[in-house]
Amino acid sequence: MGLNRIMDIAGSGMNAQSVRLNTTASNIANAESAASSADNVYRGRHPIFAAAYHNMLGHPDSTNLSGDEASAGVNVLGIVESDAPLQMRYEPNHPLADEQGYVFYPNVNVVEEMTNMISASRSFQVNIEVMNSAKQMVQRVLTLGQ
Amino acid sequence: MAINFQQALGMSESALRLRAHRAEVLSANLANADTPNYKAKDFDFHAALQSAQQQQSRGGLMLTQDRHIEGGGQMLPGVNMTYRTPTQPSIDGNTVDEHIEHAEFMANSLEFQTAFTLLNSRFKGLISAIRGE
Repeated sequence: MGLNRIMDIAGSGMNAQSVRLNTTASNIANAESAASSADNVYRGRHPIFAAAYHNMLGHPDSTNLSGDEASAGVNVLGIVESDAPLQMRYEPNHPLADEQGYVFYPNVNVVEEMTNMISASRSFQVNIEVMNSAKQMVQRVLTLGQ
Repeated sequence: MAINFQQALGMSESALRLRAHRAEVLSANLANADTPNYKAKDFDFHAALQSAQQQQSRGGLMLTQDRHIEGGGQMLPGVNMTYRTPTQPSIDGNTVDEHIEHAEFMANSLEFQTAFTLLNSRFKGLISAIRGE
């Protein structure tokens, strides 16, 4: 029955969005975490999403796409660190300053993270609404013939 | 006059099944609204319902040999998945337009309730016929 699969699909979407929200929270919290060298500084993290296809037996199979295999949940493939250039600030009085007086700050763009946060919470909300509708549909079906 | 369930229930049963399937497809689109390179999918409900009706009236596949396997059953016949044409294509290759999908999902769940109500009233009709009230 398709209605029960909706719960799985919406659940995987919510899981993916909450991972995204988690990385965003970590990025924003660490936006000003200084370090004394480029190796130790925090770098922005971002999840990679991919569609997870399931065929009728429930085995993931991304090559086949027809009929029942057509619907897909979301899979979080992993979390990558951003390659954007780090911020170097000249703060000779900072306790973490190196010999030249530079302190390294993360490559987190707070504006970007805020838009990410809004987008993630909005998508989370949509998935909840989908799940609610599916729940109502299942409950209606249970009253068939009464 | 012989009454069987398929004749008595008409197309509301296939309609309900296809509506549930479409809800699943649309929910997958919504869940993948942020997945790069995901292409939004949908199917033509009218065509799918028509082919489901034809399959029902044909009574499934004919078996002309011992080794033929019986068709039909739980399969959803005639659901041809198509990709949606994006109105606002995004740079990451994703073609899910969240508002369109959301509207379609809500409309679909209303249609599901309609199909359910029709099916339910058919059952009620059958029950009152059996009881002779």
